[in-house]
Formats: sequence, C-alpha cells, structure tokens
Amino acid sequence: MTFFVDLLAATLRNATPLVYGTVGETYTERSGVLNLGIEGTMYAGAFAGFATAWATGSPLLGLVAAIAVGIAAGAVMGLMTVTFGANQHVSGIGLTIGLIGLSEFANRLIFQGGDLQRIQPMPSLNPLAGLGDIGGIFNQYGLTWVAFLVVVPAAWWVLQRSTFGLEIRAVGENPEAADAAGVSVVRTRYLALMIGGALMAIGGAFFTLALLGSFTLDIIAGRGWVCVALVIFGRWRIGRGVLGALLFSLVFSLQFRLRILPEFAELPFEVLLALPYLVIIGALALSGRNVAYPGAYLKPYRRS
Amino acid sequence: MRRISPWSTPVLVVSAVLITFVITAGPILAAGASPIEAYVAFVVLPLTSQFTLLEVLVTSTPILLTGAAVAIAFRAGYWNIGAEGQLLLGAIAAAGIGTMVGGLPPILALPMMVAGGAVAGAAWAIVPALLRVRFGIDEVVTTLLLNPVALLLVNGLLHGPWRDPVTGFPESPRIAASAEFPTLVERSRLHLGFLLAIVVMAAAWYILARTPAGLRLRATGLSPHGARFAGINVGATLLGAALVSGAIAGIAGVSEVAGIQNRLTGGLSPGYGYTGIVVATLGTLTMPGVAIAALFLGDLTVGASSAARSLGIPSQLGAVVQGVLLLTTVALLAVRRHRTRPADAAGGGRPGGTADIAAEVSA
Amino acid sequence: MRQPLRARPSRTHSRQRAVTDSAPALELRGISKRFGSLVANDDIDLDVRGGEVHALLGENGAGKTTVMRIAYGLTHADAGEVRIDGRPLTVRSPRDAIEAGIGMVTQHFALVGPMSVAENLALGRRSRGLVLDLAEARRRAAHASERFGIRIDPSATLADLSVGQQQRVEILKALSRDCRVLILDEPTAVLVPAEVDALFATLRALVAEGVAVVFISHKLAEVRAISDRISVLRRGTLVGTVPGSTEERELARLMVGRPDFGIERPPDARPAAGDSVLTVTDLHATGTAGLPVLTDVTLGVRAGEIVGIAGVSGNGQTELVEVLAGMRRPTRGTVRVGGEELAGGDPRRMMRAGIGRIPEDRHASLIGDLSVAYNLVLERLDDFRRGGRIDEPAIHAHAEELIARFDIRARPDDPVAALSGGNIQKVLLARVLSRNPRVIVVSQPTRGLDVGATEYVRSQLLERRAAGAAVLLVSEDLDELLALADRLIVMYEGRTVGEMTRSEADLERLSMLMAGREAAA
Repeated sequence: MTFFVDLLAATLRNATPLVYGTVGETYTERSGVLNLGIEGTMYAGAFAGFATAWATGSPLLGLVAAIAVGIAAGAVMGLMTVTFGANQHVSGIGLTIGLIGLSEFANRLIFQGGDLQRIQPMPSLNPLAGLGDIGGIFNQYGLTWVAFLVVVPAAWWVLQRSTFGLEIRAVGENPEAADAAGVSVVRTRYLALMIGGALMAIGGAFFTLALLGSFTLDIIAGRGWVCVALVIFGRWRIGRGVLGALLFSLVFSLQFRLRILPEFAELPFEVLLALPYLVIIGALALSGRNVAYPGAYLKPYRRS
Repeated sequence: MRRISPWSTPVLVVSAVLITFVITAGPILAAGASPIEAYVAFVVLPLTSQFTLLEVLVTSTPILLTGAAVAIAFRAGYWNIGAEGQLLLGAIAAAGIGTMVGGLPPILALPMMVAGGAVAGAAWAIVPALLRVRFGIDEVVTTLLLNPVALLLVNGLLHGPWRDPVTGFPESPRIAASAEFPTLVERSRLHLGFLLAIVVMAAAWYILARTPAGLRLRATGLSPHGARFAGINVGATLLGAALVSGAIAGIAGVSEVAGIQNRLTGGLSPGYGYTGIVVATLGTLTMPGVAIAALFLGDLTVGASSAARSLGIPSQLGAVVQGVLLLTTVALLAVRRHRTRPADAAGGGRPGGTADIAAEVSA
Repeated sequence: MRQPLRARPSRTHSRQRAVTDSAPALELRGISKRFGSLVANDDIDLDVRGGEVHALLGENGAGKTTVMRIAYGLTHADAGEVRIDGRPLTVRSPRDAIEAGIGMVTQHFALVGPMSVAENLALGRRSRGLVLDLAEARRRAAHASERFGIRIDPSATLADLSVGQQQRVEILKALSRDCRVLILDEPTAVLVPAEVDALFATLRALVAEGVAVVFISHKLAEVRAISDRISVLRRGTLVGTVPGSTEERELARLMVGRPDFGIERPPDARPAAGDSVLTVTDLHATGTAGLPVLTDVTLGVRAGEIVGIAGVSGNGQTELVEVLAGMRRPTRGTVRVGGEELAGGDPRRMMRAGIGRIPEDRHASLIGDLSVAYNLVLERLDDFRRGGRIDEPAIHAHAEELIARFDIRARPDDPVAALSGGNIQKVLLARVLSRNPRVIVVSQPTRGLDVGATEYVRSQLLERRAAGAAVLLVSEDLDELLALADRLIVMYEGRTVGEMTRSEADLERLSMLMAGREAAA
C-alpha cells in the first residue's frame, strides 16, 4: 500500500514542473506561436530563482525573480516572432541556447565553480496529515498545491470562459478574423507569450526552490521539450495536457522504484530513465496522427 | 563603384554580428572586463598564432558537419532538431567498431567506422522521419525528445558494459590504433575529420546545387504543395533528407571519437547538434555559408575559452553569443523578407517553412 | 414581410427608405493607394447616404475592395480622408472603424471555424468584464433575428454551418455593434440564387432602418436589382456615380470603356466527334470529417471540345480538379484517359497519361521562390540532365523559348513570386501547354487577371481546342463558359446535375441547376 501512496505522491510532485510548462506552452501555442524557448526559460527560471533565493534568503523572492525572468523571456520571443515575424523554430532554439548560456555564465560568475551551494527549499505542506497512510499523497510542496488546485483550473477557465481566452483562441485560429473584429493580434500574442513564459519559469524554479534546493548543470534535462510534446498530445487543451504530464511523471516515478526490484537490478538505470521519453513518443505516434493544429500555428501575422 | 544593397546577405550577417557584440557587451561588463578587449580576444586572437589557428579548425570540425546536416534537413523543410542525438549515436558506433577493427589496416578500418557512424546516425533519425511522412507527426518534437534518450544511452553504456575495465572510469575502452584519425599537421590536434568534413560538404553542395535530386529537395522545402503538384515525391524527399542529415550528424560523432577522444566519453558533445542549428541558420542553409559560419563559431569558441583564462570571463559566454547571434540573424532575415515580399503570397510553403531562412532562388 | 423566393433577383420593386438630406453617413475624399508600382486607388471621392444601398461596381482588380478596406482600417491610404457624418475620422485599425459605426463583411469571412456562433459574435465586443458573456451574445442574436429576419442558432459550431448561414453570422456581427454603415464585399459570390434573395431581403430591411449599405460587386444584374446608386470604378479611378436604374449597356460601358464586353467566339473550326478522350465514371470522394465532396460524377470530354463545368464555388469543382490532377484520392470510380485507368494516381501518373493541369490556385501550383526557368521544367527535370547534373544551359534556353512563345513578361531567372498575376498564370500555362497534352484540366483560368491577360488565356484555350485537345474548363464566370464551352455541365453539392450544349444553354436554366433545382426535361 505504501508503495502506491508513495508512487502517487511522487507522481504529483514530479509532474509539477511539467504542469507549469505544459500550461504555459499551451497558452502560447493556442495564440499561434510555437515557443521552443521553453527549455531555456525553465532553465533561466531555475537559476534566477535559485540565485535570488540564495542572495536574499527568501525562496519567495526567488520565485518572484523567476517569474520576472519568464516574462522577459516571453517578451523576447514576442519580439522575434510577433514584431519581426521571424522563423519560430529557430528563434526558440536561439532563445534556449542563449538563456542556458546566460544562466551558466551567471552561475560561473556568481558561484565561481566552487562547492555546490544550497538554499533552504520551500517547505511541503500536508493539510491532510491526519489521514494516516493515504494522507501521504497530499504531502506536497506549496507550488504543487498551487499548480493543481489553482493554476490548472484558472488556466482552463481563463482560456474557455473569459474574453481574454476567447481572444487568444481567435488569434490562434484566424488572426485575420480577430483583427477584423478589433482584437489586437500583437497584444494578445505578446501577453500569451509572457504569461506562458512566467509559468514555464515557475516550472523551472520548482526544481531549485523546492525539489532539490540547489542548482546543477543540466537541471532541466530536456523536460521543456517534453512539455512541447505534451501540448500536442493534449490537443492544445489544458485538461488533456495535464493528463499527459501525469502520465509522463507516473512512468518517470515508477522507473525509480522499479530499479530496487531484483528483476531490474541488471538493467542500467539509464534505460529506465529513457522510458518516459519513449512512452511520450509512443503516445504521440498513436494519438498524434493528423491532429488539428491551431489554424494560425507558426504563421506570423501581417496586416497587408 | 557597385552599390551594395544594405539588405544583401553578407551585409546582413555582418550586421547581425555587430548587433550581437553590442548586446553581449552587457554580460562582459558584468564580468568586469572590457568589451573591446573581450571581442579582440574572442575573434582576433585565435587567428594570430599557428597553434590557435589550427585549434580553430579542430573546433570547427564537428560543427561543420552538424551544420551541414541541419542545413540539408532544413532546406528540405524537415525540422531536424535531433542532430545532437544522431551525433551521439554515430559516436557510439565509432567507439564500438573502433575497438573491433584492431587487426585491420587503416584503409579498411577508417571507412568501416565512418560508414558505421553514418548508418547509426541515420538509424536514429529514421523513426521521427517515418512518423512524419506516414502519419504527419511533427518531427520537431520527436527528434528533440530523442536527444536526451541518446545521452541516456551513452551514459548507460559508459556506466555499464562499456565502462573502462582498466581505469574504472565511465569512459569506453580506447579504440584501436588503426581506427584513429591521423593528424594532419604535426603537433596539433587537427585530424582527418576536418578533411572529411570538407569532402562531405563539397559533395552536399554539389548535390544540392547541381543535381535534379537537389533541386527537388529545395523545391520541397520551399513549397511542399507546389513540389507535390509538379510530380515530386515529397515523402521520399523528406525521408531522404532526414536520413542524410542523420548520417552526416553521425559522422560528426565519429569524427569526435576517432579524431579527438579516441573513446566514447560522457562529455563528448557540449551541444554540437544545437550549435549546428546556429551554424546552419547563420549560413542561410547554404554549404559555403555553413562553412564560414562554422569557422567563425569555432573561432569564437577558441577565443572564448582563452579569454576565460586571460580576462576572467566565463567561457559560457560563447553560448550566450551563439544564442544572441542566432536571434539577431533570424530577426534581420525576417525583416528583410517582409520588406521585399510584403504580400508573401506566391509559393508560400507550409507554415514555418524554410523559405524564410533559405537563400532565395540560387543554391 | 418576407419576399417570396425566386430563381433570379427581380428588377423592379418599390421600397420605403429614409434617405436623409444631412451629411452623408460615410464619405471618402481623395483616397489614393499604391501597392508597389500598382495603383490600386487614384484620388477616389465617394459618399454613401444613410438608408441607401450604394453599389461599387467594377471588374476584378478595379480597386473596389481596396478602397473599402481603407474605410474599415484593414489597409491605410497613401492620401485622402475618411469622414463619418461630415467629421473627419482617422482609421488606424478595424477597431476605430467599428467604434465609428462602420461594419464590413469581407470576401473571406472573418470568422473562427472551431468556435460557436455566440463566441464569434462575442469576439471583439470588447466587453468591459473579464468574463465572457455568451448570454448577451445570444440575446443580441435573438434581437437581430426579430428585427432583420436573420435566423441563426447561437450555439452551433461555425464550421458546421452553410456558407450562406456563415454570411448571416457575419452580418449579425456587424449589426450587433450598432453599425450604421455596412460594407459587403462580393457577398453573392458564394451564394446560390435562393440565398441571394434572402440576402437582398435582409438588406432592404436594413436600409429601411436607416443603415447605409455599400455593396461591392462585379455582377451587373444584381447591382441593378438592389442598388439605389452605383459608383463605377475602373483601373483604380472613379468613372462615375449613376442611379441604380441605369441600363446594363451603359454600366458595362463605364466598367470596361466599351459598350460590348461579351467574348467574341470565332466560328467553330470543326465540331468534336468520336469517343471521349477523358472519361470520368461514377467518381466519389470524401473530404474532411468524412463528408462526401463528390458523388456519382460522370462525364466525358472528346478531342477538340471544351466541356465547361458551371456551378457556384464550393460544390465539388475544386475537388474534381484535384482528383484529375492527382492531388486527391477518390474513394470510388474511374478516371480514364484514352482507355488507360488512372483513378487514385499521383501527379506523376496523371502527367504521364497526358493530362495538363492548370488548377485555380496558381500560386500554390508553382514555387514562388524558384525562378521562372526552374518552374517551367520542374515537372520533367529528368529531360534536362546531363549525366548526373542539371543541364542549366538547356533549362535557360527552354525558358527563353517559352517566354517568347507565351508572351511572359519576365526573365528566366526572375523568381515567380515577383511576377504579376497574369504572368504567373502564363508561366503555368506555358509549363503545361508546351507539352501539348491531349487532355487539359483548367480551373478559374482568368480569375484576377486584367483584360489583356484574360483574352490571351482564353485564346490559348481555344487554340488548344482547335488543335484537338480535350479541355475540361471549370469556371465561376458564366459568360466565360458560355463563350468558350461546347457543352456545359452543372455541378451542385458534389454531383453533376445537368448537361447541355452551348446552343441549349441559357442563364435561367443554368441558374436553376446551380441552385439545385432540377430543370424540367
């Protein structure tokens, strides 16, 4: 029993950065922009959060710093894709390379490559501790609680039930129509990118501020790319994307626990680590055939 | 005196470099160094001594190949972001074959290794390519996701069956002497890989620019619909481009193993596959452009690591410069395209098609 | 009172309207606009009064759409002024136009397919609140439905509606923003005659309420049926503003500069005879979402004849051409050329069988970023190789020859995207016709072309016919079909619904068939 409780708790915990990242990327892609800068944004968020928390002693300030970095990254992506109308694939890769480089540059500059610095990570909360064994599932970091109880429902509601969400969807499907209706395509896409960037950065900061309490190179390890895959898997819907995040996280958390079992002792642990990525590719192969991309996906908008 | 258009490609790329230097002056100042000194150290200093010049060529070798690989794929409209993983698979193949060809003379061992690496790289590229061609599944995500998997594969081998039995370190056994790439210039690290890169790029250039297959590939990248309408087999073209791209990236992996490390190591590639994207874009997807861009980035990389020592600027600045350079180049290319082709009507390819970063019309 | 439906909009009716004598609702003064070297509008003055239907009449490319897009803020004028009720107005974007009370229904609807009608109506309402008020959108829809007779289901998904219904949603959108000037750009281009009647009834109801309606069109009969005044544009200039009852010949003269713009048809060289070269039998095809787009299509084209396909766009013509071009797989049926079975073949197969294909989207059929020379040989690169390499000199020579022969105003190395529409069409023609195909499948060949290019293209088709090719011509231009085709076939909702020879054909019968009403035997 404790195995399952433990597994579920781990699944929720490990899914947290993916949830932030996937929701953030869903917003930007729904507005018509592919943001491959997500990997770099998560990375920069992780570093900025850590460095600020380390300097000020406050993880909360770290979180604020991460959000600021995420917004800035989103704005840069907006400048490239919306204002200049540049190729989105390459812009995103450039942003990722630049942000990872900048983070590692700053890391080297500030911490001089010395011993690994640690901060006091954010605490976990368990309001249902009294529930005994099962209560263990709810022993999660604040950011995890916020992710599932606040961010996901709010993101869904805003996208489906608010004027702003309507504008994002319109701009992503048919920007000419949105423009003709008086909606500012530029403003909407910038906002979607900045909100998305902020969420992505929070997802990255989760690693340093909560999960690990320290910053190491390759801390994101491709999970930004996973979020991009999850958005497609989720057919650009918040709920389904979160489901995908849970699936990935389940496989990820599971393989850690499988290693202990004697049957899997011989297997190099890397094989198991690769499993979640392969599962996502498989999921895409099965369900991702000829999906309906947002109508304006990848197309810069120019009023002629 | 012929007037050079302010929007011609060479002017554009030079402008991008200059703008990049202005932007990256910020981090340099934060590191407490003078930007001018830094740029001199980055760009000029490596060219001043024979040793560093050769080092530039050595550093350029893998990115000449990954740049070419990415350029070919992008030119066809196939977004191969997985060159990093394909390179690693080529390296794995080289390390494996390299230890098995001990008894053979180099004239047999070397081609076997290169061929094996090419096949391995292509094999890593084939699944995303098939998913794209048969099922329309976006190759950006699938190629991207296979990069971390490839790294896990490398680490798995190094921590497991290929752990060096002698030293116990997570690095593979040394490849046979006949499998090592010979050095081209005494007392330098410049190895056969550099020549191999030149040959591969020359062949790629010829095929793209002068053969019907190359024209079909270019047409497919510019407008898949128009190409299909003209009777070109778009699916086969994409598949071919993806496999060739993977193969060349695999050869880059072979080059690093056989020419530099002589074994498979964990840190074999500090992101050469991603740098290939920078190189391909800077070079506007043409082989001559890729060559210049790769040499320039090699120059910067060597300069950055020496500047790290002499000026106290972290060498990671190189990556920052790469990123900013890529962004400014792509931004300028986009502005140019929107100015010369405002309506953007005729022949527009698939959204996000390569027409906006490919050199127009000519190879 | 709803007017009874008729096959053709009638010419005479009286109507009450509240034409005001005060400042015109919308005024354009001295509007000029160029696109590169093309002068789209040259110093245009226009005024539209409340309670009138004011038509903008002109051929394709006369500048009618451009000048109204300027009024609506979708484009900016190089010079000139827009006035609302006599007050100057700066229109930077559609938002400014909407706020000033101007609404526009563009040719390509500004609607979002996957969203519901209510959501589309709510878009751009700029409601004060954060919350999306779909209930309010529904209320407005109900209100307009009563007032103007526009009935629509607010919860329907837009993509599921018919074109006529979608247009109604567009109009509703404009009305729900209290527009006082409603601009409609070629609204009847996508409607069958019954829907045109419904639209006209709606417009009459609107002007009765004092709304000013601008009706952009190139169709003489409709413009005369609905308009109070007609402003004629030709080549970017305003030629004159005349009453809606002006005679057709006079309007034609203003539009084209000559009274008779019918197409001269040379006397028949020789009538077609013998078996069909191109035979299509029982063709079926499915579109997105599994809906049928072609059902039971059967037709034949003989050597030396032109068979015209008539029909409102969207009734399967495009899909038929796609199948014949090899760009779409049919689900059932056969396509034969000279006895060779071809259905489901890819473009290569169709070309090799001798089908020359000139589809309606000429931009997508060529590769704009490649040169004229490369585009001309792209279908047959293997004929231009020397060993393993491309034979550049041969390609260049070939291009020069075709440029001369087909009067293409371009150089071999020019990128196709830089050419004018007419020359792009000529490149496509040259590529196809230079191979003397025995079957030619051509769709909307003169759409968007100027008079000179149009005549050239039509003469080429007639020349091919005289040389013995079997030509299948799809066109929305009934005049074009009546002039060029030996036989006419009407398509409606994916089926062939009627066939007649040129001498049997008349506008009334064709309209009935195009509207889905079976003609009497």
